[in-house]
Amino acid sequence: MSNLPQELKYSKSHEWVRDEGDGTYTVGITDHAQGLLGDMVFIELPEIDRELGAEEECAVVESVKAASDVYAPVAGTVVERNSAVEESPELVNQDPYGDGWLFRLKDVSGLEDLLDADGYAASIEE
Amino acid sequence: MPKQTPLYATHVAEGAKLVDFAGWDMPIHYGSQLEEHHMVRRAAGIFDVSHMCVVDLHGNRSRDLLRFLMANDVARLDATPGKALYSCMLNERGGVIDDLIIYHMETVWYRLVVNAGTRDKDLAWLVRHASSFDVEVIERTDLAMVAVQGPEARNKVHSVLEGDAVKVEGLSRFSAAEVGELFIARTGYTGEDGYEIVVPTEQVEDLWHKLREVGVTPCGLGARDTLRLEAGMNLYGQDMDENTSPLISGLAWTVAMNPEGRKFIGREVLEAERERGIGQRLVGLLLEEKGVLRAHQKVIVEGVGEGETTSGSFSPTMGKAIALARIPAGDAEECLVEIRGRQLKARIVKPPFVRNGKPLY
Repeated sequence: MSNLPQELKYSKSHEWVRDEGDGTYTVGITDHAQGLLGDMVFIELPEIDRELGAEEECAVVESVKAASDVYAPVAGTVVERNSAVEESPELVNQDPYGDGWLFRLKDVSGLEDLLDADGYAASIEE
Repeated sequence: MPKQTPLYATHVAEGAKLVDFAGWDMPIHYGSQLEEHHMVRRAAGIFDVSHMCVVDLHGNRSRDLLRFLMANDVARLDATPGKALYSCMLNERGGVIDDLIIYHMETVWYRLVVNAGTRDKDLAWLVRHASSFDVEVIERTDLAMVAVQGPEARNKVHSVLEGDAVKVEGLSRFSAAEVGELFIARTGYTGEDGYEIVVPTEQVEDLWHKLREVGVTPCGLGARDTLRLEAGMNLYGQDMDENTSPLISGLAWTVAMNPEGRKFIGREVLEAERERGIGQRLVGLLLEEKGVLRAHQKVIVEGVGEGETTSGSFSPTMGKAIALARIPAGDAEECLVEIRGRQLKARIVKPPFVRNGKPLY
């Protein structure tokens, strides 16, 4: 069973969202998703200030096996991108909820549509 | 229901992630494809390749049959029993039915190892032509196969063979020998030294465990693919198929046009293709910008034309993206590859990309 922190919110497309308490929200991909994709070798992140719609394709994570799109789990504006994962994509495998975060959003909307940990766990068991 | 190799239970116990490959439940990796790749380049890895199909040809005219069916010439093996030859088997249009390895064991016995995905059509083709040569085609479903590859692979196998090791220690590259019930060939699909071992089904688990005990790492088909790509080896169905001739697939070196008198299926078409001028070539690409090359990306050779990647991946040994691509003939050294709407620069090189564990570019 993959790791699913209770304090995070999740999308059905395997992103997680963390409320940083300062109006910004951090986004990454779940432990389940990184496990399915395998060893990461390339990551492409959205530009700062880009305005994302909910469910918009905004990043790409590529493992040795395959490329996979990352969707914006909520609408918002990109305020920060994790350049460390562009240099070291394996961080997403090693620490998907920590050092392997992808980008940070502000002015978000659509948080109410996200799943909690149990809801996401149920969705990946389907 | 996918088929299972005799090592299926072993893979499950080893923690493999299994996927359907050509109708077989096969391990894609046992945890980390990258780690497995590096173990083969640096030490030794073992692969279950029992999905591949071992076919024995028996009969006085086996050699004649193979000289008629294969683009390469098994006469090259005459002088050396045990010697192996890589060849394409062509259809009447000069397209590749399959690529395979042929071992010349005795005058009346040749062993072929063919791809899993092409088994049915290969056997049908062999059987169809064998009858007029009075050759018996026997699929050896009683045999399993493992590949043990890497700089330490041969020593590891020798240690497991104990007293029998002397029978293979002197084996030259691309040769095979029988050791008791084992058939041991110094061949592979990784660009490293090592063996491919054909073993009776009921003994393969024991062999696997013995090799694991001496420190050989289990490796899945994922690592096998990145290893073969770095080694510049084609994958059937991806880099060539029934609609591509070996001459545009980087395989001209495997087509034996001499002696001129040897008639083989596809010969006339290839001669005509040569006469007209070969329009395309299969080359290696090194991506010079960040990204990952994959199969079926558009390749633009400026001022010349367009082509397509046939295989692509991140190269774990080189730390950058590499590909095989079919592009218009010529001597261009640079091209652009279209990845998600962007055109990225790539260098055109001659495969292999990696030899004996070291990047060549």
